[in-house]
Amino acid sequence: MSTYLQNLQNGLFELFSNNSRVILLGEDVLDPYGGAFKVTAGLSTQFPNRVLTTPISEAGITGVAIGLALRGYIPIVEIMFGDFLTLCADQIINHATKFPNMYRDVTCPLIMRSPMGGGRGYGPTHSQSLEKMFLGIPELKLIAPSHYHQPGQTIQHIATQEINPVIFIEHKLLYRETLQLNSEALPLILKTDETGYQTAILRNYDVGIPDVCLIGYGGISRFLPELLKKLAAEEIRIIALLPESIDPVPIEMLAHFAAEAGRIVIAEESTEGFTWASGIASQLYENLWGKLHCPIKMVTSARCAIPTAIQQEADVLISSLNIENAILEVISWA
Amino acid sequence: MNADLEMLYEKMVLIRLFEETLLKLFSLGHLRGTVHTCIGQEACAVGIVSALDSKRDTLCSNHRGHGHFLAFTDNTDGLLKEILGLKSGICGGKGGSQHLHVNNFYSNGILGGMVPIATGIALSQKLAEENGISVVFVGDGAMSEGVIYESLNMAALWKLPLLLVIEHNQIAQSTPWNLEHGSAIEGRPVAFGIPTETIDGNDVQTIYAATKKTVDDMRKNAHSRCLLLKTYRLGPHSKGDDYRSTTEISSHQMNDPLKRAETVLPEKVVMGIKTLCQTRINQMLESFSLI
Ligand SMILES: Cc1ncc(C[n+]2csc(CCOP(=O)(O)OP(=O)(O)O)c2C)c(N)n1
Ligand SMILES: [Mg+2]
Repeated sequence: MSTYLQNLQNGLFELFSNNSRVILLGEDVLDPYGGAFKVTAGLSTQFPNRVLTTPISEAGITGVAIGLALRGYIPIVEIMFGDFLTLCADQIINHATKFPNMYRDVTCPLIMRSPMGGGRGYGPTHSQSLEKMFLGIPELKLIAPSHYHQPGQTIQHIATQEINPVIFIEHKLLYRETLQLNSEALPLILKTDETGYQTAILRNYDVGIPDVCLIGYGGISRFLPELLKKLAAEEIRIIALLPESIDPVPIEMLAHFAAEAGRIVIAEESTEGFTWASGIASQLYENLWGKLHCPIKMVTSARCAIPTAIQQEADVLISSLNIENAILEVISWA
Repeated sequence: MNADLEMLYEKMVLIRLFEETLLKLFSLGHLRGTVHTCIGQEACAVGIVSALDSKRDTLCSNHRGHGHFLAFTDNTDGLLKEILGLKSGICGGKGGSQHLHVNNFYSNGILGGMVPIATGIALSQKLAEENGISVVFVGDGAMSEGVIYESLNMAALWKLPLLLVIEHNQIAQSTPWNLEHGSAIEGRPVAFGIPTETIDGNDVQTIYAATKKTVDDMRKNAHSRCLLLKTYRLGPHSKGDDYRSTTEISSHQMNDPLKRAETVLPEKVVMGIKTLCQTRINQMLESFSLI
């Protein structure tokens, strides 16, 4: 079985082989270095004219990619750390997403790829999960595959199907994880949802209805193999839903499965306050009014800068234990 | 030479009359939002754009873009409809004055923001190997936006066919250029290795000739270039917001690019062109039942 990283690398190779309009730009993406997280390893050797190493100019290269996208190319921009996407915000929000909307007959198939998330001791400016800054922008999609998905296939789907800007988020701690398949201990279904992307549906039980529906995305998946097994041993039945499209979110599918449980926990790594989870929760309240057994519980990281020191970092980031406690809390409601 | 000047003058007159009409329509309440006219700067739009090949060259423009647009497309009707907010406007009324697109023309309302995009378009033109050139207009004020310098570095590094045109009208909204810039603007592209030529921005023939030469050269050896046009905004920033003294403004009236051309062209030709353009504008307004 391949890792998340290998799957993504292979996906990019296939994409470059099948579509000569795809161009990748980013800092330090050339071999032998192959990118700060090695996602482009080997790519520049195979496709030297279509992998461009750029100056350290995040806004500038985003704009260059938009120019390429307007003129028939499919540019993929690698932003070395997701924290730096703030520098690209004007180009994404005021340019790339506006063109297809306000101009006639224009598409802007821009793909921004970037690693997000903490847990590696990179400190306050290299550990954040800033995707919430880009939620709810018209004409912008955010896709964040977990390690129950196939990120390499997803990036190919984006490049071949999407005509407008997409931010593609890779959690740093997933790169080395082995992709998870359907197993007896943890049955997995990948279902294409109403967004056209896949939601991973996991159950830690064979029969009956779930006690709790856990909703998360991206890097949250790394907690699930252990956590769901542990809860199964305590006879707590969990259905976990991991949509890879986090905006738009497949709210109908989420509501459908969440309704079975009536108790919902939503987990995400971004800092507390105005989160993805709160957006989902408000939509679920509307959809499931009268069917919930208790308030929806949201779990996030603490609202503070993410420290570098190992224990301090662990104290503020979302953990498996935080999620477990939230699950126990919603179960404790009568 | 005079044949060129007649052609250039006609385009300038059309832009002038079109924009004076916009200001009138504004005061009559037919337009909403805002318009930035290029009154006094028509030579910049016309001199540069007339030297381009609208089939293979692209143009990225800014908030003050009607002149660029009309010089590039000659589509007065489509532009007026757009500014009037009609569904039949070139952007269906979504864009309005500052957000225009047809074929190879793109404008947006974020200062400096189109420069990296024009750089990306230049990269696409280099890859396509059709000798197309990517032209981008910015004002002196926009030249303080950081993303422009990121773009100039990439354009120089990758030898892209990017032509940066700076319309130095000595003011940004209400602020004179010397309160915004710590050094001469023309020195900056040069610092990136981009040859920069400073031109009298009110002399349409000189601009046209310099642009032709520059563009020819760029088609032969892919390289970025910059033209800095020294000009003056005779009209307000947008509608009526002008705090400059009337003595200052009137001291520049003699240098109006239209008047400069009129001193060279025979009076009969001038009158003929003025009548022609006025008739065209009147017909346009009649067709919209605006007069
Ligand atoms: C990023 C950004 N900042 C500020 C503005 C508001 N604004 C519009 S035009 C303008 C002045 C621009 O001056 P200059 O670039 O010299 O062009 P000019 O208006 O003189 O043609 C300002 C501040 C804007 N549109 N975009
Ligand atoms: Mg100015």
